[in-house]
Amino acid sequence: MVGIKSYGVYIPYYRVSRAEIGKFWESFQLPGEKAVANFDEDAVTMGVEACRDCLTGFDRAGIGGLYFASTTFPYLEKQCSALAAGALDLSQDALTIDFSGTLRSGSNAMRAAMDAVKAGSLGNVLVCSSDSRLGMPNGGKELEFGDGAAALLVGKSDLIATIDNVYSSNTEIYSVYRPAEERFVSSWEDRFLRETGYVGVMSSAVRAALEKFGMSPADFAKAIFFAPNPTYLGGAVKKLGFDPKSQATDPIWQMVGNCGSAHAMILLAAALDEANPGDKLLFVSYGDGCDIFSLTVTKEIEKVKAKQSVNRFLSSKRQTSYQKYLRWREIIDTEPPMRPRTEPASAVALYRDRKCGLALYGSKCRACGAIHYPVQRICMECRSKDNFEYYPFAEKQGKIATFSHDNLAVSPDPPTTLAAVDFEEGGRIMMDVTDRDPSEIKVGMPLEMTFRKFRQTHGIQVYWWKSRPIR
Amino acid sequence: MESIKDRVAIVGMGCTKFGENWDKSSDDMIIEAVYEAYEDAGIEPVDIQAVWVGSYWSNLPAPSQPLATLLKLDYRPVTRLENMCATASDALRNAAYGVASGVYDIALAIGFEKLKDSGYSGLPTDDIAMGLVSTAPNTFRSRNFTAPGHFAMMATSYFNKYSLDPEEGRTMLAKIMVKNHHNGTMSPKAHFRREITVEQVLKAPVIAWPLGLLDCCGVSDGAAAAILVRKEMARSFRSDPVFIKASQIAVGPSDGYMNPKNDWTMVQETFRAGQAAYDEAGIKNPRKEISMAEVHDCFSITEAVIYEDLQFSPRGRCKEDIEAGTFELNGELPVNMDGGLKCFGHPIGASGLRMVYELYKQIQGKAGQRQVKNPELGLAHNLGGTPGGCTVSVNIVGP
Repeated sequence: MVGIKSYGVYIPYYRVSRAEIGKFWESFQLPGEKAVANFDEDAVTMGVEACRDCLTGFDRAGIGGLYFASTTFPYLEKQCSALAAGALDLSQDALTIDFSGTLRSGSNAMRAAMDAVKAGSLGNVLVCSSDSRLGMPNGGKELEFGDGAAALLVGKSDLIATIDNVYSSNTEIYSVYRPAEERFVSSWEDRFLRETGYVGVMSSAVRAALEKFGMSPADFAKAIFFAPNPTYLGGAVKKLGFDPKSQATDPIWQMVGNCGSAHAMILLAAALDEANPGDKLLFVSYGDGCDIFSLTVTKEIEKVKAKQSVNRFLSSKRQTSYQKYLRWREIIDTEPPMRPRTEPASAVALYRDRKCGLALYGSKCRACGAIHYPVQRICMECRSKDNFEYYPFAEKQGKIATFSHDNLAVSPDPPTTLAAVDFEEGGRIMMDVTDRDPSEIKVGMPLEMTFRKFRQTHGIQVYWWKSRPIR
Repeated sequence: MESIKDRVAIVGMGCTKFGENWDKSSDDMIIEAVYEAYEDAGIEPVDIQAVWVGSYWSNLPAPSQPLATLLKLDYRPVTRLENMCATASDALRNAAYGVASGVYDIALAIGFEKLKDSGYSGLPTDDIAMGLVSTAPNTFRSRNFTAPGHFAMMATSYFNKYSLDPEEGRTMLAKIMVKNHHNGTMSPKAHFRREITVEQVLKAPVIAWPLGLLDCCGVSDGAAAAILVRKEMARSFRSDPVFIKASQIAVGPSDGYMNPKNDWTMVQETFRAGQAAYDEAGIKNPRKEISMAEVHDCFSITEAVIYEDLQFSPRGRCKEDIEAGTFELNGELPVNMDGGLKCFGHPIGASGLRMVYELYKQIQGKAGQRQVKNPELGLAHNLGGTPGGCTVSVNIVGP
């Protein structure tokens, strides 16, 4: 039996109110808010965060593959799943594949993972989808889109939900699309998207799936439909004969927005947060066709759902402004600060430093136990030479030893909060504190690690780790 | 180990006006400082037997040969060196060792820096400054933050450890800046020459909390030079030579960045370099025996902690001395008589020799309105880097 062993999500810390966007443009006043990635986040960093959440308590060395899906990978040519595997410290022989091109790419990856496990090709596969899509300013898509990521661990044993059946279809349609050279998503007339596209395509696919599965709407405790907003969802649910109140799940448009290729999986995770053993779930992903899964929740769910991943990230949030959003996404250019140019990163140094930098390994002295970051060949306490083991910091927590809020440092979200972070088992790293309210930063405050963008120079995006107040 | 004490004399010094010297190149400033030193010592360019020249960013990577071209030196050795903010102090130290070894009779030490051709305020960020973008481990590579950001962390920690609320701590620091600005009004070669008030310091825009604009020294251009000779030759050049009593540098292993035992309320490098210099000069009670000091007030908190690290004030109690006026020009132990980095700005590779220039003039009784009464030993202190890891020089000179 193939199924899901664990799940995780990531929803960024910041929210922009739709009313503020409407007010700025003297335009529609829509309710709710959208989750927005910080300036130091992208599809890769959010995906890594969701994977970390999913892998809590799991042995990473045993992960057979990472299937990473997004329509907003930072590179068209360069594998982001390999990059994420490096940050996650997965095995060198894990199979890494990028899935892209459609809002369905997350469920495409899930389907492929399921098939690989079922065929015995891989023991388990980490599936991740993550997106940070852009709608043009003062447009409906800008109001609708949110940022986020989700991850699933697909395998054969200790399943929290079995995948009982699957059905996929394809449909050639220009509903939402984005040529390679464009930053902003385009779409056709909304009525066509909704009536012919979303409701039309999905209804026939779901009917075909239920026929294949030999099931009817009444068999499911919950039906999880990808839905860009509640209006779309309502139309499809009603047409297909599901009860909007008891069976359909909240598309989180009000709190997060439509997270693109990650959206369906985030909704699945939200349903798993609330699921009970024995529940049958229908999971419908949409985009240029449909991927439809039927699942049965097992008693193992209790352990994983205790994390309440989705609820945790929904409740841990802070408002930011539309002005900052425009700046963070580089939608508007602002006058560059009169500061030194950014020096180019070296691909050679990044390669050499991938264990210490990307996966955040320091060293622990075998003679005296002192913990260092970065790796120190000569121990700072006992001066033993080359007598250390690698020591992972990424999942450790720390506390602020001291800090400052630096306005001179160039940042799209000044001030740069800098701290000496002392770790629970020893070691200190100088780190930025991100996703923070400067007025709440204090000596002694607990922090956790988060994978972030550092700088982009000459086409090379340097990633590293920052600290953040615990979410 | 032998001591450098009383083996080398300074017989000539020069120093440019520090500031935004838009109309002067590095070359112009070097010539100005060096020729003032030649004239002061009464020597000719051909008398120079060896040169140590320091700069941090300017003319990287090779000012040695261009310096010989500039000064038309007589086929003599020129060594360019760099030791962060202690660069000029290290040029002096190396020249002193050259003379003390007996290999050279007359050596020239130069420190200079041209920062204001850059087009921006402040210093380059660490990654550029340290050439660390591509070659260093990530912890260093990643540092987007700035010098004020680092030193502000020391203020945060100091306030926290000694239970000073931000207002109280910032007021204590502001008094140091007010003192230095007052002294600077009497320094013709200073960049900033105006009085400031505690209120102005507290209300200035925040640069890196808890430090505001007036807690930070300026960025400027400048050059300074010294001519060193063997002790026994000194009085043939002048009646009032100034002797080197100690010359020490301590470079730390970046404990503040890596070791949780380091609490950012002291700078071990300053303590170690200071103690080594006191030992070298035979000083038992620094507060009593040092007449005056020029210290590295790159930020207000730096000077406060220096008082403790150099053993002028008991640990955690510099506030009492600041409030008592101990370090004011007429106080028990005047510090930064010329206005310090606060008023001169900090052309990285020049500051160390500018400090010694002030001590030299004070000892000769030529400090004008700022003159300290009958000074004996003067101390110059530079801190290069950040409180988390730095190179610190302490030079002590006297009659």
